[in-house]
Amino acid sequence: MNSIPKFPLAQIIDQIVAWLKSNFGQALHSFSRGFSEGIETLAERLLMVPWWVIILIFAFLAWRAKGWRLAIGTIIGLYFIYNLKLWAPFIDTLILVIISAVVSIVFGVPLGIIAGRSRGFHTILTPILDFMQTMPSFVYLIPALLFFSIGKVPAVFATVIFAMPPAIRFTDLGIRQVPVDLVEVGEAFGSTPGQLLFKVQLPVALPTIMAGINQTMMLSLSMVVIAAMIGAGGLGAGVLEAISQLKIGMGFEYGVAVVILAIILDRLFQGIGRSFRTDDNNNI
Amino acid sequence: MSEEIIEVQGLIKVFGANPDKALRALAKGKSKAEILKETGLTVGINNIGFTVNKGEIFVVMGLSGSGKSTVLRCLNRLIEPTAGTIIIDGTDITQLKEKELRKFRQEKTAMVFQQFALLPHRTVLQNTVFGLEIQGISKKEREEKAIKTLELVGLKGWEDKYPSQLSGGMKQRVGLARALTNDAEILLMDEAFSALDPLIREEMQDELLSLQQKMNKTIVFITHDLNEALKLGDRIAFLRDGELVQVGTPEEITTHPADDYVAKFVRGVDKSKILTAGDVMKKPQPLITLRDGPNVALRIMKQHGISSVFVVNRERQLQGIITVDAAVEARNAGITNLNDIELAHGPKIKEDVPVQEALGVIAESKLPMAVVDEEDKLIGIIVRGSVLAALASINHSFDVQDTEEAMAPPVSVAAQAGSQGGESNE
Ligand SMILES: Nc1ncnc2c1ncn2[C@@H]1O[C@H](COP(=O)(O)OP(=O)(O)OP(=O)(O)O)[C@@H](O)[C@H]1O
Ligand SMILES: [Mg+2]
Repeated sequence: MNSIPKFPLAQIIDQIVAWLKSNFGQALHSFSRGFSEGIETLAERLLMVPWWVIILIFAFLAWRAKGWRLAIGTIIGLYFIYNLKLWAPFIDTLILVIISAVVSIVFGVPLGIIAGRSRGFHTILTPILDFMQTMPSFVYLIPALLFFSIGKVPAVFATVIFAMPPAIRFTDLGIRQVPVDLVEVGEAFGSTPGQLLFKVQLPVALPTIMAGINQTMMLSLSMVVIAAMIGAGGLGAGVLEAISQLKIGMGFEYGVAVVILAIILDRLFQGIGRSFRTDDNNNI
Repeated sequence: MSEEIIEVQGLIKVFGANPDKALRALAKGKSKAEILKETGLTVGINNIGFTVNKGEIFVVMGLSGSGKSTVLRCLNRLIEPTAGTIIIDGTDITQLKEKELRKFRQEKTAMVFQQFALLPHRTVLQNTVFGLEIQGISKKEREEKAIKTLELVGLKGWEDKYPSQLSGGMKQRVGLARALTNDAEILLMDEAFSALDPLIREEMQDELLSLQQKMNKTIVFITHDLNEALKLGDRIAFLRDGELVQVGTPEEITTHPADDYVAKFVRGVDKSKILTAGDVMKKPQPLITLRDGPNVALRIMKQHGISSVFVVNRERQLQGIITVDAAVEARNAGITNLNDIELAHGPKIKEDVPVQEALGVIAESKLPMAVVDEEDKLIGIIVRGSVLAALASINHSFDVQDTEEAMAPPVSVAAQAGSQGGESNE
């Protein structure tokens, strides 16, 4: 039994990564620098905005998306974070979550559209997505770290890889689930493929796509917290510090802040998603 | 008189990859089942040929899986034919390139779907403008047109509702309005009324017939319901197992079924043995008497939108029929009393005679048939379609009155024929 040598999977991966690094390392590095400077500036700007303005903006969005109850809940939750003196790490985390989610969506939804309309692409993509989703999330931190070294950029990179699959999958699914006769309507009236996509497939698939975007948002948040391990900063950094120093109370404070942010983002997106769902919309 | 608008020849559709194998097998005369067994390919339809005339309702009938939808979808190439030609308005549409095909679909055909297929995120109005929107017609123009067709199908005031707020019948009205707004010559309707419950279905059939009087489209209508086929069809095509069994008028199909398959379908029509003329007749309205002049006759015909009217004497005994042409002639000749002109005579039947016996006569006659009692008093009239609809109806308690009204021959057609009587639908 022992005569069969171990398959050198780790070495192969290491070599590939090393090759990528020596060829693209420089470019990635300068990209990384520029990107992270951008994020830092954004964070600074946002921190200059009075905290209550940001709370009110969130409350307004919550009110528009779901009503006054969520608005009040949002105000209380965010004020609590401010009160715990976690405002700065909160803003850091928020920015990373939003950037990662936006990047995931910007790439994920079009990929999903292609997969939804092409059986071949769908077949290729499915195992890749399975792989991306079953891999333990912090494994993504390692190559991210190697390409971009430590900081916010590798955090966004890892988060995007981790959070993108639902955006792709749900878009793909949503488009596939558009009833055949609705697609036939488009074709029978002489639509171009573009008209079919924008006037029939996407609008009909929108509720499903929104559900995927919501999941992407949630996964972004969870990954951004984990990405504190490679220097993402924000609320995750506090959690990490609390773990390493066994400060239970501190860990709890940071944890609660993460949970509050998660709930607010989730409800907000549910609300927006629902407003696209015509069935519910009709009866208002 | 009849101008062909659709001409289908040797149409074959084989589902599956490498259909050539199946085509070769078909050429050798192998059956659908053999081909499925040997090659794994499904022959959807085989060697279908028929023509559809301008302005007619052409019904395609057959059991589930007989290939009805496949035939229909080949007509606008939602399904790509494997072999054969489809000439529509002089163009072989099987040869069209992608862009030409889109243009053809936009301009020549419009489709109505079994499950309505309304876009759930769009309002009734937005659904109705869909075809014109695809064509890039301006918002103002397309909405004006859509509002007109919505009014035509009785949905005025529902423009801003969503499909989920409508009943099945209303949804299909929207489906119909969407197709009509497109202003295409040919309507393709795939079991358009099958998903509706029986009462609503009849209502929609009536509605389609009365719309057809106004619009005179060419309609290819798929159904598996014989009543519907007889009621709507100017001609009916029977499909079995992907092959065309018979094409003919409702009369031909019911009186001379080509084979057992068709015969089985039309067996319900045997009820003609018990149904009497009195059962299927409708009220003889309007009537004029011998004392009236041609001017009165013309006015009444105009009022009721008909091209001939029955004339009776004081005892209501049948004297004959006067047609528009005859009345105009008489008026021009200065005749003021109907006594002085020769009236036309159509077929006549006693109230208690089985309709079966009159079928042939009714089918051939251009004038409506008069139903009289023992004293030769006019008590009803029978128009061509009403008999077949009544005979085919499985449910004995159906409302003869309604069915007949819908079956009255279209006024425009009657006027062309010159002497055909019948009442218009309101
Ligand atoms: N996409 C497809 N792939 C393979 N076989 C098909 C496909 N579409 C139809 N068929 C087969 O072709 C035959 C005819 O189907 P079609 O849908 O035209 O029947 P139909 O008369 O419309 O039946 P129904 O009344 O159930 O709608 C059937 O045997 C069906 O199984
Ligand atoms: Mg069908």
